[in-house]
Amino acid sequence: MPGHTLTVNSPLAVEMNGIVKTFGDTRALDGVDLAVPRGAVYGLLGPNGAGKTTSVRVLTTLLRPDAGTARIDGIDVVADPHAVRQRIGLTGQYAAVEERLTARENLGFVGRLFHLPRARVAARADELLERFDLTDAADRVVKGFSGGMRRRLDIAMSLIAEPSVLFLDEPTTGLDPRSRLGMWDVIEELAADGTTVLLTTQYLEEADRLAEQIVVIDHGRVIAEGSPDELKQRIGGARLSVRIARPENQERAMSTLTPLCAGEVVSDDARTGFSAPIIAGDGVVPGVIRALDDAGVDVLDVEVRRPSLDDVFLVLTGRTTDAEEDAS
Amino acid sequence: MNRLRWLLHDSWVEAERHLRIIPRNVELLIFASIQPIMFLAIFVYVFGGSIVIPGFDNYDQFLMPGIFAQTLVFGSAFTGIGLADDLQKGLVDRLRSLPMSRSAVIVGRTISDLVRNLFTFVVMIVVALAIGFRFTGGAVDAITATALLVLFSYALSWVQAVIGLSVSSVEAANSAGFIWMFPLTFVSSAFVDPSNMPGWLRPVADANPFTLVTNSARALYNGNPVGNDAWWALAWSVGIIVVFSTMAARRFSRSTAG
Repeated sequence: MPGHTLTVNSPLAVEMNGIVKTFGDTRALDGVDLAVPRGAVYGLLGPNGAGKTTSVRVLTTLLRPDAGTARIDGIDVVADPHAVRQRIGLTGQYAAVEERLTARENLGFVGRLFHLPRARVAARADELLERFDLTDAADRVVKGFSGGMRRRLDIAMSLIAEPSVLFLDEPTTGLDPRSRLGMWDVIEELAADGTTVLLTTQYLEEADRLAEQIVVIDHGRVIAEGSPDELKQRIGGARLSVRIARPENQERAMSTLTPLCAGEVVSDDARTGFSAPIIAGDGVVPGVIRALDDAGVDVLDVEVRRPSLDDVFLVLTGRTTDAEEDAS
Repeated sequence: MNRLRWLLHDSWVEAERHLRIIPRNVELLIFASIQPIMFLAIFVYVFGGSIVIPGFDNYDQFLMPGIFAQTLVFGSAFTGIGLADDLQKGLVDRLRSLPMSRSAVIVGRTISDLVRNLFTFVVMIVVALAIGFRFTGGAVDAITATALLVLFSYALSWVQAVIGLSVSSVEAANSAGFIWMFPLTFVSSAFVDPSNMPGWLRPVADANPFTLVTNSARALYNGNPVGNDAWWALAWSVGIIVVFSTMAARRFSRSTAG
């Protein structure tokens, strides 16, 4: 096996340049560029089918791109997949654990496939079990583990060889709210330790909490990138949602709302739903209702809420997401 | 050389993953042993009295090597089912992202299935001896016969690996893995003399590699001349391994979860 131990000077841990991947007629990735500096935590945010998982699969050598280059620590994923695999940890959408083995055996099995010495594997397993709060369950068969425990073990397995980059593909999908919070703590700790993390998520809230930089992806393209604060500034803090009964009142509603809001008012395809950033906490709702009423617009619903993934997409693309699950 | 060492090391780690589980799943072992014992008993006691095979004083001596062969061949289905399971659970993705030898995942799986199969085989031999089966050939012949049977079953493990990596679910792997084994093992010399089959079927049974394997093992267990059948059986097994391991390796590098 090619035992490349390159001394890598690349300041970027993860790099994608113009990556294209097609499946039949579908362009799953349509020229994706990505640059993650060492030690950073990046969030790849997008609805189902946006290309998040495909990106991760290209970067982790599971899929060969049709065009473009991808590098981990400066090493090309196509030219030297073996060297790339020595540097990455992958936690996929399924908790990929051997459920008939114990937690400790799972760690040992992956550690040995990384060709670490047995003593090192054992020491590292103890360390990770402790860190991920699995010491009590270490010698129990994984079959009886909760979803949250499985995910924690899954991440521990990805970390056994101290990877340079950790990929977390939707690490909290399918977890109950409590386990999700636990998983967030785990990822925050990893970030604090300086592990480079690329995580994908459908949840704005999750990206907001965990990632220092968010890359928004849709239809296989990067449509926005920035820190959570930057993105939030673009869509505003709190948002006002208004629903009216008749689409023919669209223009009147928008011109009435514009002076009351802190930014652009956008309308949905049905022309009966509107959304706009507002300065929260100034009693804007009664004002909005009054103004619309005075303008003769028949209001059905007015709501003020935190920005959701839908808002990001509405602002960035002018349409709502195809995501089936709600962001809350 | 280095590459080979990695392959052996990684295959062993993978095999160990499956082997560790075997003693923990006693139920599976018990049921895996019951089926062949049931077949032995049914054929010997139900059909035994009605079937006369020219050249054999008693049907048991003819039948039992056939049942040994069939049981080993059926055991190969575990390979496909296991791989489909790993695939479905995302374990294959994890393994493919590790700096390990690619072929090791399937080699390790086939080796652990071989060990499990040997266990079933030993149980069956014990039962067969208790029922009245005797190795009338020498020890070397008996070992050669067993090796031919085991090798053929190992070869079919690779066929099952290709099936397991091609289907989309464990259930499909189960059906697709078993269905063709019925004609393979019954349209053969395992249970009856093919010369009594209809004219169109007889050449099929004669050309069936399973017939060649069974005939060789039967001749060796009974101390009869084996002729060229053993070489043909060997050639079939090696050929199947070469072709299907290539296909399995290709499938594996393309396979994905979900």
